[in-house]
Amino acid sequence: MTEIVVRNLTKRYGDALILENVSVDLPDHEFCVVLGPSGAGKTTFLRILLSQERPTSGEVLIDGAPLDPEPQPDRGVVFQRYSVFPHMTALQNVMFGPQLRAAPVTGRLWGARRRALRERAAALLGDVGLGHALDKYPAQLSGGMQQRLAIAQTLIMEPKVLLLDEPFGALDPSTRKAMHRLIVDLWARNRMTVVMVTHDIEEAFILGTRILMVDKRRRDPHAPQAWGSGIVEDIRLDPAKKPPMPEEEREEDMAAIFARHRARAGAALVAGAEAPPAPRRAAG
Amino acid sequence: MKRAVNYRPDRATGAFLALLPFAFALVAYFLASEARLAANPADRLMPSFGAFADAIEQFAFTENRRTGEYLLWSDTAISLRRIAIGLGVSVLLCIVVGVPAGFLPVLSRLLGPFVAALSLIPPLAVLPILFIVFGLGELAKVALIVFGVAPFLIRDVALAVQQIPRELIVKAQTLGASTWQMMTLVVFPQVLPRLFDSLRLSLGATWLFLIAAEAIASEGGLGYRIFLVRRFLAMDVILPYVAWITLLAFLMDWGLARLSRRLARWRAIEKGEA
Repeated sequence: MTEIVVRNLTKRYGDALILENVSVDLPDHEFCVVLGPSGAGKTTFLRILLSQERPTSGEVLIDGAPLDPEPQPDRGVVFQRYSVFPHMTALQNVMFGPQLRAAPVTGRLWGARRRALRERAAALLGDVGLGHALDKYPAQLSGGMQQRLAIAQTLIMEPKVLLLDEPFGALDPSTRKAMHRLIVDLWARNRMTVVMVTHDIEEAFILGTRILMVDKRRRDPHAPQAWGSGIVEDIRLDPAKKPPMPEEEREEDMAAIFARHRARAGAALVAGAEAPPAPRRAAG
Repeated sequence: MKRAVNYRPDRATGAFLALLPFAFALVAYFLASEARLAANPADRLMPSFGAFADAIEQFAFTENRRTGEYLLWSDTAISLRRIAIGLGVSVLLCIVVGVPAGFLPVLSRLLGPFVAALSLIPPLAVLPILFIVFGLGELAKVALIVFGVAPFLIRDVALAVQQIPRELIVKAQTLGASTWQMMTLVVFPQVLPRLFDSLRLSLGATWLFLIAAEAIASEGGLGYRIFLVRRFLAMDVILPYVAWITLLAFLMDWGLARLSRRLARWRAIEKGEA
């Protein structure tokens, strides 16, 4: 059971009021999507949940206890960028967290325990579709694969709460759809609460069981910083009754996407262009 | 007509182009030396290549009658030992001070301005102090190298630490990392390539300080020898020594680059070199 309670949360940077009096209850196993325009304070909200920032006033309780003032393993995070360690292979990235706990000085397990951890990490990487890339460095992975790796790295710690800060914002649309399927699947299988920040409304409705819209309740054109953001919309969605996710193509299946778009182009296709060019042999 | 930026030499042409200036310098020296020796066979400023060969033979392959040593090799051993100790201590200081000073806000406040001030003191101005404090032995020479190189390394690595994306540090904490674990397992490995780069850039300064210290007070070493034979205008010894020092510096640079690629393969992959 993980229940997050946010009470009268306010965040101010100097004169600028970012969040004003935000209160919300998130019951166990919620997939909460925080929507809002740029600068509305949704990332600030996430950073407070992460303990990367401290609220000016108000409090956040997880299962009745106030948040630890520092980031802790009970809350995992995936950022839009820089979520994995560039100097570790995929497998090393996933094995990193559990080794930290087990070996405070060296951060490295040996022997049978290491083998067991390696197996668990490899299985988890298989779950997120990276079974073939265990020994690749992040620089050798595509953007979508790096985010899959970041998710696996976080999940091995079995966090109560998974925080996602625009995790799919930098991905192309087909990769993004594949990631939606993956994250919903992982959320359903692990009993954790997800809080995700995005500015993509469609994404919010596809993924969320709870959608919070964060925006300024009042505006003063002469003092735009005087009013902070609050929750202007708060809706629940029953995941069982949602329309099925749009049938998605595999991340790398360019040919299928191309064929579908060509069919959709219909009459716009110029005749003759489709015919394959006559095979040419390289001279000499 | 292609634009000049779009001309890319192939491998063979590239190698030829790289060797061209060296060949040109050698030929120019040869011609100038010939001309001077033709005018005055006793000229000492531009010895012939034959004179170089004799000097090399005498210094590198003939036992010294007084000490029983081969001078070039014993000089080289003495100088390389000083450099190894000087750079070793500098790197150690850089890891032990630079990484924490870049990573921990309190230490960076405490040490940042001080190290910045240290790095601005001209090391050669401190040389007399070092001789007074440490005497004329090995310690003063090694101390000069450390004084000249370590503050730069520390500042550079501390800066590199501060450029690590904040997200990675937060992420490490959500995986349960302690300060020590972040420093040793996240921060240090990520700045290691930068440490190698700045070490390579310091090689020129290292040799400068070594030769300065050896020139002033020493009983051996490559710099000592050059300044000793200067009294006899022995260009036939000085020039091969300079070439030898250059070669040693080049090999050290090359070795460090290779070691860096080996120890931080991920960085080479990022840069598309492996």
